[in-house]
Amino acid sequence: MTRGRRSGALGAALRTPTGAIAALLLAALLVLALVGPLIWGHEARAIDVANMLQGGSSAHPLGTDNLGRDLLARVLVACRLSLALAVLATLVGAVIGIPWGALPVVLGRRGARFVNASIDFSVAFPSLLLAIFLAVVLGAGALAAVLALGLVSAPAFARLTQTLAASVAGSDYVAAARVLGVPRSRVLARHVLPNVAEPLILNVTLTVGYALLSIAGLSFLGLGVQPPDYDWGRLLQDGLQRIYVTPGAALGPAVAIVIAGLAFNGLGEALARAASTRPAVRKRPRRGTAATVADGAPVEDAVLDVAGLTVAFPTPDGPVTPVRGVSLAVGPGEIVGIVGESGSGKSLTALAIAQLVPAPGETAAQRLRIAGRDVRAIPAAERRRLLGTSVAMVFQDPTASLNPALRVGRQLAEVAEVHGGARRSEAMRMAVERLRTVRIPAPERRARRFPHELSGGMRQRAMIAMGLMGSPRLIIADEPTSALDVTVQQQILRLLRQVSDETGAALIFISHDMAVVAELCQRVLVMYAGRVVEELDVATLLSAPAHPYTRALLASVPEMATDRDQPLATIPGRPPEPHEVPEGCPFAPRCPLADDRCRTQLPMLRELAPGQAAACWHPQADPAPVGGIAAEGCG
Amino acid sequence: MTALQTTGLTVRFGAGAGALTAVDHVDLEVPAGQVVALVGESGSGKSTLARAIVGLAPTTDGQVLIDGSDPAALPGERGRALRRRVQMVFQDPYASLNPRMTVGDLLAEALGARGGVRRPDRDSEVTRLLGLVSLDERHAGRLPRELSGGQRQRVAIARALAVEPAVLIADEVTSALDVSVQGAILNLLAEVRARLGLSVLFITHNLALARYVGDLIAVMYLGRIVEVGPVDELLADPRHPYTRALLAAVPALGRRTAAAPTLDVEPADPHAPPPGCHFHPRCPIGPQVREDRQLCIASDPWPDAGGRKHRAACHFADAGR
Amino acid sequence: MRGSGWTANHPMLVFVARRSARLVVSLALLLVLSFAMIHLIPGDPVRAALGPRAPQSRVLALRHDLRLDEPLAKQFVDYAGNVVRGHFGTSFVSNLPVSEIIGERLPNTARLAGIAFVVILGLSLPIGMLAAILTRDGRRRGTDLAFTSVTGGLAMVPEFLLGVGLVYVFAVTLKWFPVAGQSGVSSYVLPVTSLCLGSIAALARIVRAETLKVLGEDYMRTARSKRLPARLEYLRHCLPNMLTATLTLGGLLLGGLIGGTVLVENVFAWPGLGTIITQSVAQQDYALAQAIILLLGSAVLIINFGVDLLLGTLDRRSTIRQA
Repeated sequence: MTRGRRSGALGAALRTPTGAIAALLLAALLVLALVGPLIWGHEARAIDVANMLQGGSSAHPLGTDNLGRDLLARVLVACRLSLALAVLATLVGAVIGIPWGALPVVLGRRGARFVNASIDFSVAFPSLLLAIFLAVVLGAGALAAVLALGLVSAPAFARLTQTLAASVAGSDYVAAARVLGVPRSRVLARHVLPNVAEPLILNVTLTVGYALLSIAGLSFLGLGVQPPDYDWGRLLQDGLQRIYVTPGAALGPAVAIVIAGLAFNGLGEALARAASTRPAVRKRPRRGTAATVADGAPVEDAVLDVAGLTVAFPTPDGPVTPVRGVSLAVGPGEIVGIVGESGSGKSLTALAIAQLVPAPGETAAQRLRIAGRDVRAIPAAERRRLLGTSVAMVFQDPTASLNPALRVGRQLAEVAEVHGGARRSEAMRMAVERLRTVRIPAPERRARRFPHELSGGMRQRAMIAMGLMGSPRLIIADEPTSALDVTVQQQILRLLRQVSDETGAALIFISHDMAVVAELCQRVLVMYAGRVVEELDVATLLSAPAHPYTRALLASVPEMATDRDQPLATIPGRPPEPHEVPEGCPFAPRCPLADDRCRTQLPMLRELAPGQAAACWHPQADPAPVGGIAAEGCG
Repeated sequence: MTALQTTGLTVRFGAGAGALTAVDHVDLEVPAGQVVALVGESGSGKSTLARAIVGLAPTTDGQVLIDGSDPAALPGERGRALRRRVQMVFQDPYASLNPRMTVGDLLAEALGARGGVRRPDRDSEVTRLLGLVSLDERHAGRLPRELSGGQRQRVAIARALAVEPAVLIADEVTSALDVSVQGAILNLLAEVRARLGLSVLFITHNLALARYVGDLIAVMYLGRIVEVGPVDELLADPRHPYTRALLAAVPALGRRTAAAPTLDVEPADPHAPPPGCHFHPRCPIGPQVREDRQLCIASDPWPDAGGRKHRAACHFADAGR
Repeated sequence: MRGSGWTANHPMLVFVARRSARLVVSLALLLVLSFAMIHLIPGDPVRAALGPRAPQSRVLALRHDLRLDEPLAKQFVDYAGNVVRGHFGTSFVSNLPVSEIIGERLPNTARLAGIAFVVILGLSLPIGMLAAILTRDGRRRGTDLAFTSVTGGLAMVPEFLLGVGLVYVFAVTLKWFPVAGQSGVSSYVLPVTSLCLGSIAALARIVRAETLKVLGEDYMRTARSKRLPARLEYLRHCLPNMLTATLTLGGLLLGGLIGGTVLVENVFAWPGLGTIITQSVAQQDYALAQAIILLLGSAVLIINFGVDLLLGTLDRRSTIRQA
């Protein structure tokens, strides 16, 4: 059995240019710290009163100090002390901070509160003041400086450790280990520490850099290293006094400090970047087949008429097209559903219709008309008004989709202010009215609240109300009930139905839940791997769907009439990711009816009967009724 | 013989006025070899109940009995061995596997916890476990991030089975998976249960799934079990208004969304449960709708639930409407 | 519990009360620490200050002056009382009252730090936000790289080094600005620049990172779907959410400004508190050192308190959670 691959962030970091250079510099500094005093120590101590306070020359590139000692040698030798002190200070900080932050894991709730408070308390204290304090008490010197820095960096370590430990300790995999009965020590060693180590190492690297700079500063002030010892800070202070005459004396130590600081921070940054972006192993994406041919003429009277809609994202391995040639026409007051699993592209289709696909994605379509207007041809200001008022979006997670920093009423009212030119008070009144329309109790009070003060169902109602502010002709709802409880879901579905009935707006309802779509919609599009594979009305969906995927999907949904004695129908494999869509029919790898033609030729969407079109070489014609308990349902 | 039983199990977080009673005196039985489907929405406390049973959440009151014995009463290793007989599979397949351990390592660790497997046998045991969940030995060298959601859930199940439990708690194990993949996991669970004679506590918010999977259904609301009974019977003749509301709300193929909007009532706040019957503010046959049913506000129907059919916690359960 | 309903309904007040209590406790602790400083010194502090050759009579006289022969508790009470009234004792190096010395120098330091504070906030927020808006979604890779490298480099250069460098280039070589001292408007330029540049770079990076994070949130997508003018989108929807995390980290940075000011003053021989710190420590002028720690420490605590309050008003969710 192979052991876990510990390629880790370090390896990744070293592969970036910043990381590689920084690591190289650090290695050089380490070597210098080790051997510098051995090689140049003698020269650094050699007093030569005859050549005091000289400027740069070939013998002494940085000049000499007040006792004639070579400054370059002194700078090189000072590396050891500067580095050692920084490392020592960091060690002090880590040794105090890490256990401090890990305490809550051991202590439980009470202890956690105390630790939290103490960390909050000490985290902002500037190192300088502590250094002064310790310098007075212990006498100015390296010890005071190291202690001061160490104590000051401890709270940061503690905070980091506490956050990491809490998140790891609360994770499901640690929970699973505990339930299995894995001994505590092993949980700590195998589960907690490895997942905590990387960020801590990163913090250590950054802290050493910070300590180096701070101690140099303290020495510069005279509070750090005292003569006859010298570090870069001390040398800088001496050099500063002569900066007008012999600048080399100051620049030498200055450059050394800068290089060391850059090296540590550079490595830290590279580590941080490597840790945050580590995608799973990615296969090469297949080149997607070009956009399919759209169907003929524009639809009259349609609220939405889109043909050949495609969304493409550029990636280092080539463009990826999660939406490939989708065509859809929706009439006024119609409720159309789009059903699909992950990777089907249904959500992106919704975003593309509303022109909301985030960069660098690109939307293309042969035709895109909303309320009779060509969205791409009209001037920008008109397009903004059209999309801002005639199209309403309702997103999946109402908690994340409402701005937590603004009151609910404000978020609604601004639509009227911006697009309707209404004054503030008027817009607010409209907002409250809309909230009332969606049956939020006490709407005046609720309008003044922040989103987190409302329940999940109410937030979704507020989102719908926000969409209604502009008298929309088209409502696009992307999984609006997936994050809600089933009883709340029912309320929202009824609300959507009511809104569509009362305002005459068309509704596009996107979901992974077949049953919900079948309940609410009149017509359904089934999407798979970025394409529409079948389009049919609900009655046909429940009696005779043609595409094998539609059938399989319907069969695999357990519902109140499913036969309990049979295993659940499944579809082997899983839906393809946008970058791994195969040639030919995308469903072929999982389809029991697939033959060579399916695997090589992509079937187009063809009309099989009025109101039913399927993209399949072997569309099924035999009836396949579902929902055994007929129209009335149960309960 | 009951494989798993809780008596008066209570989990309360905090104290005083701000306390949250997530699980409120729950009596639950999982008969040996059967599946109990525990159904509830968010805030019902079903996940907290599961965690309390396996010792991940602190129990404020009540007992958990495994095979008739209380593990807290047994000292040291015997207590631990008894606890191990209940294992759990979690909802999120992406969070329940240590991202830095290979599948083989995880399973080996679980085997180590069980004990009794010598080093040289470990590899073959791991392969056997993988086979139980229809994965092959190649997967042992993979890291979790290289597996799909369905495959991860299989690994999680294999891990739970490694210690040879008597009871498996499945906490919303398919909620994070695609529909076409869910079936495979559920079929796997059924197969494993039949083969190993496991008892299962299947937690879900999906009533259709509960019906498919369970022999018994228990309905939870705001920390309490409001109705429990054999699946067909309960679904044919639900006694508690909440159960009826759940049934009515489940989307069913063939039904159409009514045009009539429903009363929007806020779901109850678990921090401040309503007095008397916790469900009364939302109850379609309760005091909001019927003036004469003040009893629901005054008195909690739960204490005498035992006397009613399906142990329904409703004063008017037998009245029907 | 009586009153628990009230606390739940007024989370803001509870929050302010809690933070104020914490401030008072911190200030009290600071007072105790600065008082204890002298008493923590191993050996006889007065002897240490006056040196081994000073006559014993002088040592005793000074001990009496400093009231070191009285009981500890009484000393502390006297000390606290004096501090509150603004009496910080006498510098026994210069024999001037410490409050006079500080009174002379504090305004200079405050001016320097204050101007730097304003410049840092005033520049880093717009620079960071602009950088984020220009480079979101991977646009303008070149600008991204330039911004990251420049700010990265500048943020790592400590203020005193920057000061030295600026002095060399602009004062010594180009002679555009005075080399040291406080002498009119032009003498502020180099010190303020040294103080600000690193912090602006660091804060601008933080602002950019936070703004990018906020721009990726779902509620920004909602704002875009409402087709609001860019001004509203960024200022009303993005800014408040970005400020929270920015201020948290930025607050720490501003507390660190104190340290930076001290260093920069030393580079430019600025007549502020920073230039007498070293002397006071080296010469063991305890009263002066005590007063400096007390004043600068209080300034840091009060700044953090202000930032906390500001954060509390901006981020209601965490306010309620903490109440």
